[in-house]
Amino acid sequence: MTTHVLSDTRVLTARSLTHIVRSPDTIITTAVTPIVLMLLFVYVFGGAIDTGSTESYIDYMLPGILLITIASGVAYTAYRLFLDLQGGIFQRFQSMPIARSSVLWGHVLTSLVANLVSVAIVVGVAFVMGFRTGASVGAWFAVIGILVLFTLALTWIAVIAGLSAKTVDGASAFSYPLIFLPFVSSAFVPTDSMPGPVAWFAENQPVTSIVDTTRALFAGEPVGADIWVALAWLVGIMAVAFGFAMRIYRRRAS
Amino acid sequence: MTAAAPVAAAAPAIRVRGIEKSFADVHVLRGVDLDVTQGSIFALLGSNGAGKTTLVNILSTLLKADAGAATVQGFDVAADAGDVRRSISLTGQFAAVDEVLTGRENLALVARLRHLKDPGRIADDLLARFSLSEAGDRRAATYSGGMRRRLDIAMSLIGDPPVIFLDEPTTGLDPQARIEVWQTVKALADGGTTVLLTTQYLDEAEQLADRIAILHEGVIIRSGTLAELKRLLPAAKVEYVEKQPRLEEVFLALVGDPARGGATAAEPTRKESR
Ligand SMILES: Nc1ncnc2c1ncn2[C@@H]1O[C@H](COP(=O)(O)OP(=O)(O)OP(=O)(O)O)[C@@H](O)[C@H]1O
Ligand SMILES: [Mg+2]
Repeated sequence: MTTHVLSDTRVLTARSLTHIVRSPDTIITTAVTPIVLMLLFVYVFGGAIDTGSTESYIDYMLPGILLITIASGVAYTAYRLFLDLQGGIFQRFQSMPIARSSVLWGHVLTSLVANLVSVAIVVGVAFVMGFRTGASVGAWFAVIGILVLFTLALTWIAVIAGLSAKTVDGASAFSYPLIFLPFVSSAFVPTDSMPGPVAWFAENQPVTSIVDTTRALFAGEPVGADIWVALAWLVGIMAVAFGFAMRIYRRRAS
Repeated sequence: MTAAAPVAAAAPAIRVRGIEKSFADVHVLRGVDLDVTQGSIFALLGSNGAGKTTLVNILSTLLKADAGAATVQGFDVAADAGDVRRSISLTGQFAAVDEVLTGRENLALVARLRHLKDPGRIADDLLARFSLSEAGDRRAATYSGGMRRRLDIAMSLIGDPPVIFLDEPTTGLDPQARIEVWQTVKALADGGTTVLLTTQYLDEAEQLADRIAILHEGVIIRSGTLAELKRLLPAAKVEYVEKQPRLEEVFLALVGDPARGGATAAEPTRKESR
């Protein structure tokens, strides 16, 4: 049965990608909120924010906006998984001789594709609004790698939510705190402008290291130790969320 | 009638021994025993909440039993779940189709997941067989309840599994569609497939089943052929001397009249007045 993991995952990924292609509004919706935030921050608040650097504000904030895009995008992953569980198609898959984990991987890979498309749309709009980067090809790959890891980490959290939710709203509620996390980080204002305890939280939560690393990569500057902190967070969150998700899945699937 | 068959004539396709299952404090199944012969149609009757779906889910490896053992085609449902899944197909109580996909895509999806060659042709054949060819390229969300059910059953036939579970396959279907499903089920059994179906419609069991079992309060209280079950009631009641008891009467006498709140099985001999 394990020999079919890849082909089963491919078939199931194609299935849920078809869902997205047939309701592209989920991708548009995912991209709209970050774009509106970007407009607000750049054209309304941005002028009053002192980032303490010479780069334009959109360059400063784009990494945080991209994380918000992904954090809101994974809510749809939880939603789609929840609908499968409700609709009975999940039970059909579970009673068939297919590789068990491929049912989840199909959703996870779909989440990755959908979020990268949303991110691409947001980056496109940012370019129109004046975002400029001196990033080398290598730096671009590093940025993409970080965003892929971030998407996977949050997607496994979304899988936990989708598997354990009792209602549709419950399935996506987990994403709200994730969406707000970048606001209490270095994403929009420097953390040293915040009052003591808040600044301490902002300095030590995962988003700050991820944002700082991405910002440095976009600016073509050395990333320093931040990248290791960021990678440790990303891999750690992903491993823990994956472990929990698989445990819930196995319980649910037996 | 045809006296008790010798026990070991052929290994039963489905064998259930002492299966128990509780949810929280509800003891749903309290020791279910049954055997289903290869190539036969077996109907499981029971009121709402009797545990029919629970039993079907255990047999199709979706749920684990708390106690007891069950085999399907000789494979243990707990220990050899993978082999069981290769031997069965489940049509659950609620149609399990992908609403976003078309009928054809739903069928091809299952064919691909069963690693069959030429999923497109398999889909077309089944669409034709279930009178869905015209609707084949429409999303399943636009299907009527009956069409959805037909698609659901068609999806379960892909790969010709030797054992098929149908959980209330005709609930919500119009008489015409029910008869079509019945014909399909009969054709399956004629082709050697073992069918275990649950139903609330007693006439469905009368029409289709080689053997019928009544699940009540967690156990199989009676099982046998239709004729055997009918013999449990005196053939001629005072008011209805000319009429054989219908299965419905047998059922209600055994499980108690639901109007009186699921009394214990009334003994045929002290059948209440009317
Ligand atoms: N996952 C569950 N959690 C808690 N209770 C459950 C669960 N599944 C079933 N039950 C309970 O177990 C009992 C049997 O349910 P089941 O669905 O097996 O009955 P059924 O015979 O299929 O009924 P119906 O004819 O209405 O489909 C019911 O009381 C039901 O509430
Ligand atoms: Mg049921």
